[in-house]
Amino acid sequence: MQEFLQQLVNGITWGSIYALIALGYTMVYGILRLINFAHGDVYMVGAFTAYFAARLFGAPGPVSLFAAVLVLLLAMAVSSLLGVVIERGAYKPLRKSPRLTMLITAIGVSLLLENLGLIVFGADPKFFPQIVAPRQIELGVGVLVSSHQIIVLSVSVLLMVALQVVVLKTKIGKAMRAVSFHREASSLMGISTDNVITFTFAVGSALAAAAGVLVALSNPKIDPLMGIMPGLKAFVAAVLGGIGNIPGAMLGGLIMGISEVMVVGYISSTYRDAIAFALLIIILLVKPTGLMGTGMGEKV
Amino acid sequence: MRQFLFILGAIAVLFVLNLVLPALVNPYIFQILILCGINIILAVSLNLVNGHTGQFSIGHAGFMAIGGYTCAALTYYLGPQIVERATSIGLPPAVSGITFFVFSLLAGGAASAVAGFLVGLPSLRLRGDYLAIVTLGFGEIIRVMILNVEAVGGARGFADIPGHTNFFWVSFFVFLTILVVRNLTTSTHGRAFISVREDEIAAEALGINTTNYKVLAFVIGAFFAGVAGGLFGHYLMYLHTNSFTFMKSFEVVIMVVLGGMGSITGSVIAATLLTVLPEALRPVKEFRMVIYAALLIFLMIVRPQGLLGMKELSLRTFRSLPFRTEKSKSRQGESGAAEGTNKNAD
Amino acid sequence: MYSAHYGAFKSGVAIICLFAVALSICFVFSCAKKTEEIRVGEFGSLTGTTATFGISTKNAIDLAIEEANAAGGIEGKLIKVIVEDDQSKPEEAATAVRKLIEQDRVVAVLGEVSSSRSLAGAPICQNAKIPMITPSSTNPKVTQVGDYIFRVCFTDPFQGMVAARFGHDSLEARDAAILRDIRNDYSVGLADFFIQTFTSQGGRIVSDESYSEGDIDFKAQLTAIKAKSPHVIFVPGYYTEVGLIARQARELGIDVPLLGGDGWVSDRLIEIGGEALNGCYFVNPYWEHDPDPAVQNFVTSYRERFGGNPDGMAALAYDAGRFLVAGLKKLASEEPEAFAAILGLPRPETKELRKEAIAKLRDIFASTEDFPGITGSITIDENRNAVKPAIFLTIEDRQYKFVGKVLP
Repeated sequence: MQEFLQQLVNGITWGSIYALIALGYTMVYGILRLINFAHGDVYMVGAFTAYFAARLFGAPGPVSLFAAVLVLLLAMAVSSLLGVVIERGAYKPLRKSPRLTMLITAIGVSLLLENLGLIVFGADPKFFPQIVAPRQIELGVGVLVSSHQIIVLSVSVLLMVALQVVVLKTKIGKAMRAVSFHREASSLMGISTDNVITFTFAVGSALAAAAGVLVALSNPKIDPLMGIMPGLKAFVAAVLGGIGNIPGAMLGGLIMGISEVMVVGYISSTYRDAIAFALLIIILLVKPTGLMGTGMGEKV
Repeated sequence: MRQFLFILGAIAVLFVLNLVLPALVNPYIFQILILCGINIILAVSLNLVNGHTGQFSIGHAGFMAIGGYTCAALTYYLGPQIVERATSIGLPPAVSGITFFVFSLLAGGAASAVAGFLVGLPSLRLRGDYLAIVTLGFGEIIRVMILNVEAVGGARGFADIPGHTNFFWVSFFVFLTILVVRNLTTSTHGRAFISVREDEIAAEALGINTTNYKVLAFVIGAFFAGVAGGLFGHYLMYLHTNSFTFMKSFEVVIMVVLGGMGSITGSVIAATLLTVLPEALRPVKEFRMVIYAALLIFLMIVRPQGLLGMKELSLRTFRSLPFRTEKSKSRQGESGAAEGTNKNAD
Repeated sequence: MYSAHYGAFKSGVAIICLFAVALSICFVFSCAKKTEEIRVGEFGSLTGTTATFGISTKNAIDLAIEEANAAGGIEGKLIKVIVEDDQSKPEEAATAVRKLIEQDRVVAVLGEVSSSRSLAGAPICQNAKIPMITPSSTNPKVTQVGDYIFRVCFTDPFQGMVAARFGHDSLEARDAAILRDIRNDYSVGLADFFIQTFTSQGGRIVSDESYSEGDIDFKAQLTAIKAKSPHVIFVPGYYTEVGLIARQARELGIDVPLLGGDGWVSDRLIEIGGEALNGCYFVNPYWEHDPDPAVQNFVTSYRERFGGNPDGMAALAYDAGRFLVAGLKKLASEEPEAFAAILGLPRPETKELRKEAIAKLRDIFASTEDFPGITGSITIDENRNAVKPAIFLTIEDRQYKFVGKVLP
């Protein structure tokens, strides 16, 4: 029982990471019907930015809490900027093109970021400094949770709640929902679709960066290709929950994280990556709109 | 009769080339030629699915893996016994060995084709982006499954595969692939493929069984990918699942996109270009993928139809080039219509 | 009707074009240098997940060869080492070895550290009849590939047995858990050998989990292991994952020592594992504070040339380099004509002689006895393996401490 609970804690931690990344995917898809393959790499850039920022602030020596928060914010800001640049540079010129073209471009951007990362950062993994000291906290029943895991969970929840507030309660959030629903009609209503799209990218990228920093903190090995697998899995999570649906992305992320950990813990670790794709195929065959998604008919 | 002689002649030329080239050419260059051939087979077969039929599949590496591993397993485990049996009934080992190799290649292709069928059938209810992701997923699942099969080396790779691949077989299968895909796309089936690409709902409404055609494209594409995989394995003499990740699938996709989705000649040219280019760029090897990626993005923004779009290079184009009189233009116009190429590609 | 011509025509055109390209490049390549050096190849992981292996090895080999060249080379002829990076990937290892043999025309190959990558390169060396000397690959399958493959380190059956004995006798463990890297021949083999000896001594394997090289999260497997309460966890993996495993194990409240093999050997191990590695043990090919003057000379030279202390991989690579040099020297003194044939690039007139010469070099390697290595005396047995001692180290306060030496 204790083992199961511990695995559950592990799974929920990973699930929140996947959820953070999935949110970016789902928002961009909702607004542009584009699978932003480069999203996983934005997550990677976030982790690396944090790495360099942390070193700037004196790591591997002791780093103040204030500096640690600053590292996170800096990573989020840089990734936001990157997201905006990608959107304006690579996706905007293709808004009128067939979706396949945009998809291929997204793949291209992803490859570009990864290989630039390999050149600039080097292929050898870097070790992210422990800017927050790890401590174990007993949850009772022998289940241990590390301070890192708690930080991951709390920051994720905080960001997700913030996102929901923005999307549901603010004007820009309303604009985002409108543009997701129908782009042309929204622009007819006076919404600057370009700005909304850019804003969506910025927010999504910031969340991915946060995920990157959190992962770097709790699993300190970072390398330029670290974003590929989590990116794909987060996408699967988004689809699982219903792509375009924000709470769906969170749910999908959780399910993804927990399934993965359970499979690795109770069956075999070699299937770790395959479980994501197996889930994807199952959901696409059984309920393609995802757990919380709504179907949209195809007009001829 | 004429075409039969032509084919025979071509095979003879290839045979001679196969014997002569290793002596004339640096083995490194030879390696590039062989890899070129393999990439051409991959690109042309993927083009059938992505280009002609408009189904965006990015899991081609998975089919290549299945073909490669099946073929290698056959030659590794059954090869020696078959050759022994054959020798005991008087057949020289060289002949029986090569025959079994070709048989294994085809068997590998068949295994991939079966996989193509299994993957195609459920996936092809999906459209566009979803299909892409599902094929990617299947490619990964195939790879992970192979990773768990100890008999083919599992996580450590499959070593000691006999080196049967040579120039002749690679060119032979390049020839075969192009022939089959070309014949297919210029037939009524080809029309059906194109109609699925252009407007699936209209095609369905006109009575074309779109699912069947989509699956057919998948199966044939997978078959040739499997053959390419077999040739690859028997060239490298070593197989590892790391060679068949989605990176490999993307590389083939880039070749197809660069050449023009729907153009066989385009795929041939792009595959050649993208095999030779990285070797030429070896001094700046780290930048190879960056250049690829930048090229892809640039291509999509500036010329999304790739080098050749949906057009094909033909003897006719060359003939009419220097003398573009009204007569040759109209002749081209006629044959263009007869071939079914899309003159509005630009 | 015409489509058959069409397809054939197209591939004909393609092939002819390629041929033309090939011929022209051929011309460029044929203007090759004809120097009188001894060309030796090396393949290693200079980049990628296990980059320190490749870099340590390359540095040490460079040191050994430079020393040999500075002392006059072999009968005045200098050795040139051509290095190829395999990016820590087995498929790249195969390509790298191919290039070294077919394009650079080396007469011998040094490499690799990782057994998986050695296994990828060995069949190519064996088929081409070029001797390959691996400095640190310990999986027995490597030398089983053929009679042209040698190693100068101990093998995993020995290492696994020694580790199991250590766990059972010195650490008094009766229940052991295994956490192996399923993608790695070395790890899988070593784990199996450990299990063999450990169970034969009456120990129990209570948990056998696996991960894949490159994973960053091991909590799932560690949680499963924790539930079985082992006395020791055997982690026969590479340093990058081991460091993270140690950390996560401590985070989950697992206090028992971790035990490992020579895959732990890297100057980055402590950087990655930190305090979590305190009280853990592993096998090392040598001890850098060994008072033996030969060892200390090496350590000092390495430190002066490259900064930083040489790790176990460097020590083995140094021995491998010197082993190669010794073999070449013997060939030069006993068969000067054969030696002349292996200089520079192969020439058509000496092709046969070169092949024979390389075969003789192989025989010299195979019959080496009591070669004085800094990692121990190297005698090549009938399986082309070296019989060497194993050294146990532990980590305390981010420092390595000597525990014991086990003779074969």
